[in-house]
Amino acid sequence: MTTRREFLVLAAASLAAPTAAKAQLDPNLAAKRKAAYEEALGKVVGGAPVRAGRVKLQLPPLIDNGISVPLSVAVESPMTAADHVKAIHVFTQRNPLPEVVSVHLGPRAGRAGVSTRVRLADTQTVVAIAELSDGTFWSDSAEVVVTLSACLEEGLI
Amino acid sequence: MARAIVNAPPRAKRGEIIEIKTLAAHAMETGFRRTQLGELIPRDIIRRFTCTYNGVEVYRVDLHPAVAANPLIAFTTIATETGTLSFQWVGDNGYSVTETAPIRVE
Repeated sequence: MTTRREFLVLAAASLAAPTAAKAQLDPNLAAKRKAAYEEALGKVVGGAPVRAGRVKLQLPPLIDNGISVPLSVAVESPMTAADHVKAIHVFTQRNPLPEVVSVHLGPRAGRAGVSTRVRLADTQTVVAIAELSDGTFWSDSAEVVVTLSACLEEGLI
Repeated sequence: MARAIVNAPPRAKRGEIIEIKTLAAHAMETGFRRTQLGELIPRDIIRRFTCTYNGVEVYRVDLHPAVAANPLIAFTTIATETGTLSFQWVGDNGYSVTETAPIRVE
C-alpha cells in the first residue's frame, strides 16, 4: 500500500526526471534560444535596421502566472494607403519558440494594433516589431518578471 | 458546437473605427508538454486567424504555440459598408471554424 506521502514523492520524482535529463542534454539552452530568437528576427527584418519608437508594447511588468498574460501592441501610424503598418510581429527571447504572433494588416484596420493573451516561459524581454509600408522597422520591448512559468505549470498538469 | 465568440458592433457610422473582439475555444497544445509517462503531447494549435469584410481580407494573424489557450484577438477595422464580417480560424488536425457577424453602416 502506497501512502499519500510516498505517492507524492514518486510523482514529483517522475515529473522532475525528464526536465533534469533535458537540462543535462542541453547545457547551452539559453544560447540556443538566443540564436533562435536572432534567427526569427532576421527572417522578418532581413538585415534592415530596426529603430526604437512608434510602437507601444503593453505587458504587465510583474506576472504571477505566465500561462495567460495580456499583451497589447499599438503602433503610431496614420493608416492611409500611402503610409500604414503592414505587419506587427511579437517575439520572446526565452520561450521555447521565439515567435508569438504575426499580425498582417493594412489601411483598412483603421488603427494599427492587436490585443491578445500569451504564454511566457520565463522572466525575459518581449519585443514587438512593426513593419511599415515604407519598408522601415520600428520596435518596442518590455521586460517582464514571471513568477510561475507557463511551461513549468504545463509540465505539472 | 459553439467554439468561437465574436463581439462586433451590429451598426456603425461610415468611416468609424470599430473594435472587434474574438475568442476561440481551443487548447492551443504547445507540443512541448509531456504526459506523466514522459511522452510528448503533439502540437495542436490554431495557425491562422483571418477577418474578411465583405470578402476582402482586412486582418490576419499567424499564431504560434506561445499564444495562450482559448486565443483572444482584439483588433479594429473601419466600417466602410453594410455587409458581413467573416472570421475564420484554421489550425492543426483540420481545425476550422468560421463565424460571421452582420454589420449595418449608416
